[in-house]
Amino acid sequence: MSASQPCRLASNSGAGSQIDRDKPLSFTFNGKSYQGYAGDTLASALLANGVDVINRSFKYSRPRGVVAAGAEEPNAIVQLGASEAAQVPNVRATQQSLYDGLTARSTNGWPDAQRDMMGLVGKFGGPFMPVGFYYKTFKAPASMWRTYEKYIRKAAGLGRAPIESDPDIYDHLNRHCEVLVIGSGPAGLMSALVAAGSGVRVILCDEQPTFGGSLLDSGETIDGMAASEWASNAVERLAAMDNVTLLPRTTANGYFDHNFVTLHERRTEHLGDTAPTLDGRRQSRSRLHRVRTRHVVLASGAHERPLVYAGNDVPGNLVAGALSTYIRRYAVRPGQRLVLSTTNDHAYRAALDWQNAGGEVVAIADARANPDGELVERAKAAGIRIVTGSAVIEATADRKGHRVSGARIGAIDIEGFRVSGEVETLSCDTVATSGGYSPVVHLAAHTGVRPVWRDDILGFVPGQTASRVEGFSVVGAAAGLYPTGALLEDAVAQVVRALESDGIDAESVKIPDIETLREGSAVALYQVPHDKPTMRAPKQFVDLQNDVTAAAIELATKEGFESIEHVKRYTAMGFGTDQGKLGNINGMAIAARCLGQTIPQTGTTVFRPNYTPVNFGAIVGRHCRELFDPERYTAMHQWHIEHGAAFEDVGQWKRPWFYPQKRRDNADGEFESMHEAVMRECRAVREKVGVLDASTLGKIDIQGPDAREFLGRIYTNGWEKLAVGKARYGLMCKDDGMVMDDGVTTCLADNHFLMTTTTGGAAAILEWLEIWHQTEWPELEVYFTSVTDHWATLTLTGPEARNLLAELTDIDLDRDSFKFMEWREGAVAGVPARVYRISFTGELSFEVNVQANYAMQVWEALFAHGAKYGLTPYGTETMHVLRAEKGFIIVGQDTDGSMTPEDLGMHWCVGYNKPYPWIGKRALTRSDTRREDRKQLVGLKPLDAKVVLEEGAQIVLDPQQAIPMRMVGHVTSSYYSPTLDHGFALAVVKGGHKRMGERVYLPMPNGETHMAEVVGSIFYDPKGQRQNI
Amino acid sequence: MFHIYCPYCAEYREEEEFHPKGQAHIARPADPTASSDDAWGDYLFFRDNPRGVHHELWVHAVGCRKFFNITRDTRSYAILETYRMGEQPGVTAETATLAERDIERRTSDTATIQGVPS
Repeated sequence: MSASQPCRLASNSGAGSQIDRDKPLSFTFNGKSYQGYAGDTLASALLANGVDVINRSFKYSRPRGVVAAGAEEPNAIVQLGASEAAQVPNVRATQQSLYDGLTARSTNGWPDAQRDMMGLVGKFGGPFMPVGFYYKTFKAPASMWRTYEKYIRKAAGLGRAPIESDPDIYDHLNRHCEVLVIGSGPAGLMSALVAAGSGVRVILCDEQPTFGGSLLDSGETIDGMAASEWASNAVERLAAMDNVTLLPRTTANGYFDHNFVTLHERRTEHLGDTAPTLDGRRQSRSRLHRVRTRHVVLASGAHERPLVYAGNDVPGNLVAGALSTYIRRYAVRPGQRLVLSTTNDHAYRAALDWQNAGGEVVAIADARANPDGELVERAKAAGIRIVTGSAVIEATADRKGHRVSGARIGAIDIEGFRVSGEVETLSCDTVATSGGYSPVVHLAAHTGVRPVWRDDILGFVPGQTASRVEGFSVVGAAAGLYPTGALLEDAVAQVVRALESDGIDAESVKIPDIETLREGSAVALYQVPHDKPTMRAPKQFVDLQNDVTAAAIELATKEGFESIEHVKRYTAMGFGTDQGKLGNINGMAIAARCLGQTIPQTGTTVFRPNYTPVNFGAIVGRHCRELFDPERYTAMHQWHIEHGAAFEDVGQWKRPWFYPQKRRDNADGEFESMHEAVMRECRAVREKVGVLDASTLGKIDIQGPDAREFLGRIYTNGWEKLAVGKARYGLMCKDDGMVMDDGVTTCLADNHFLMTTTTGGAAAILEWLEIWHQTEWPELEVYFTSVTDHWATLTLTGPEARNLLAELTDIDLDRDSFKFMEWREGAVAGVPARVYRISFTGELSFEVNVQANYAMQVWEALFAHGAKYGLTPYGTETMHVLRAEKGFIIVGQDTDGSMTPEDLGMHWCVGYNKPYPWIGKRALTRSDTRREDRKQLVGLKPLDAKVVLEEGAQIVLDPQQAIPMRMVGHVTSSYYSPTLDHGFALAVVKGGHKRMGERVYLPMPNGETHMAEVVGSIFYDPKGQRQNI
Repeated sequence: MFHIYCPYCAEYREEEEFHPKGQAHIARPADPTASSDDAWGDYLFFRDNPRGVHHELWVHAVGCRKFFNITRDTRSYAILETYRMGEQPGVTAETATLAERDIERRTSDTATIQGVPS
């Protein structure tokens, strides 16, 4: 053993199949430098260097070390990253490959994990922090929770997110295959070989860097070669096949509907804390493969289950199999003197490996009375002391609690849950335990399949319930099948059967020869009894990550929590990134014991995606920054930018909001405020002429012999008499009678109409038209096409609109030949155009519609001619002020899905006598829609002219009443009108139509109360004369 | 994520291309004026929420824009069939004799309780 890596075995030991001693690497942990080798995990390198304490525990802040060797590790969670931008929280040291310069810190512990102040809480406060401590202690007064929470969150927590943006890029890949094999242990490799041999597309993924799973540290021989050699031969054969995709370092994290599986491939996390460049381009750090497959073969293996005993969280307590992994793969023996406590034969391998690696096996405590398997015989032959019928009841710690100092073993009565004999204390620095294996059923559970308990293997396996999905096989240890020979045979049979169900002939594959050891039966033991009762014994941890003890579960059941789901939530067992990989079965067994039930009666909690944490980058992929959501621009967008428009998002559209200009009275070139710009734009429209880019309005082209009939059914008003050349405003309801959209529809020909919709509603309205046509009225011959993007709309409005447009068009604009609510076809600025004489401002207006790619020329031509008329571009804010002055509603702002046409005072737009029972009609005569105290649209005029009421402000009739006051409505639209020189608002008020002239009150959060008068909703030009000049 | 066979496109496509539109086969009363307030309320607002076979209306929103029906098992999310508008389902709650339905959750009788004599 080298001095720098005291626990690393010598190179002549033959151990360390995964490491390359010719490639030493240096890394930093908690500010201290260490050496490791290429192929190490961070955990194996830390163990090689004799680092015992890797972290502090979540709740009690107890020192914790490495417990396992894979995804199931609950303790050795670190914060990775040398720079701020590269910070990655919650990395399992057991899954992080070592690279040169790796920088890691403990996620918990202040000032660090070695010298932790919070540990005092765990040491002395421990007995005073029972389960539900936070719920019980900080529940009152409720107002204080925010104060407590700040400190509690500081004390807890698992790592932190970086505060700088991520320099890396991430990919999403859609993949398709016939067979996806998850896990590359013996069952997974065999399944992949069979599937690949048949020629179908196969993906094999494994979370580890090397394929082989348990074969990598198995002592078995397969076909006369070492198991790991057989595995690498198999992988070589697979790699040579074109139909096979091999994905190492790739975790199957979620198993979703219809055989859709997400795989998280870590492509560069073993190379550095940010992705290196290749040919000058940064590689993607990780990939999310979105796999759709015919068959999923789940070969996720099993996790060894530790026993629950006192002091089982002190560094130096490990699951037995992890010892073999560290010794065989990484040439690390993390201690000198081992005591093993087991319920089964399999764990004896760890003791034999320990001894072969030069360590001392002090004793094996076997819970069985008469263990007699072959491995037991081998241990006896090796001179190892075996104490039967007993277990480690407590691991003792050194003075600081940083390392195991001894093991108390005693004879136990499992049935009676008591220590039945003398307790002996053995000196040791390592305690390894095995309570058997828990098949990794997580992914199967994602599909909704509840695991079922099997007493013969003492574990849950994926269930065969009604909801078991098609094309899903579970093979190997994941199915509770452990002997290598048997599981290979089963995997071959299952994959052949799956392929045959698709009519694919699978090649028959020879099952390799494997020596099978005679194995003695295991015994069921989860929590080891202590010589004190559970509640008084030293802490026996069940869930190490969440600091849940056996006593906590016992207390939870005593407090009346009987459902395992409730016990889970009360104790936090199986929460977080751990998802109960090591602890859940033990926890359920303890709950079952306390409740006097069997484990199957107690059941399991639900495992949810993701199996292990996935970084946000991988989830987001390239869908960030400018690719987060599409942006839609109109044909005049560049002009708007060049003229300094401020933009507003309307759906995905970028619309000019207002056009701030340099202030004339200011020599510094300061720009107008929004208010100033809007006042100027409003005056321009009311006094001269303005132009709005209204291209974003939804436009639906409707054609067919039944188009007119269709419109009559979908709109509340009549369409049978609308002549060619005319336009009409229409109101659309849902069948519940509530207004859902409005807009102007024009008759282009007797069988051809153009419908406009609100900007935000365009897609939904097209679908609305389609659903009625396709599901209710397929007999109508009518066709709908979205033409929103094909037409640009330039709204010229104001008293000078006619004079300006006349300079650019051949259309006769005479007020009597081209009337209000009509349209004409002609040329505008030399471009074919449809011009509509409709108005959303109340002024004389012409909406010029041209093909979108000609629109910029027309827009610029308007400005070339417009200066003498005072042409001013205006944005959506001015549009809002002008339309509100006229009492024109915006669906979705002045309505909220609970307003009928009558609530809006728009009965003039309802054709009660139309022959067909149009959408919404029936509901308008239901008792609820007939109520007189419905909220109705009114105008509000603040008594103080300078007040602009807040949109959303609640309205009351009596401001003196006690809180909570009776609210009778709210403000929906509110602006300042430069024309009226007065604030004004639209609002909905209960029974508002009959409250004209009444005074209402709007109490504000700052204690102020505004007063307003209920008035009609039209504030300007109530007779509509201005649009008719 | 669902993998849905569009009966018009005659292809399996990803769920992202589709929108669910609620329960299928909700017929609008032919003469709404003859429908009572209660009956109209039922038509508007009341929908089934079965555990098992359910007929749903979907639209291939970013595909062919056609509406069609799906028969789906709400327990397993298995899509049992898709069919065009105007067609009747081939699988219903009555006819669905799913073999899996007979498989009860297996609970071993021999399970023992640690610490409790059997």
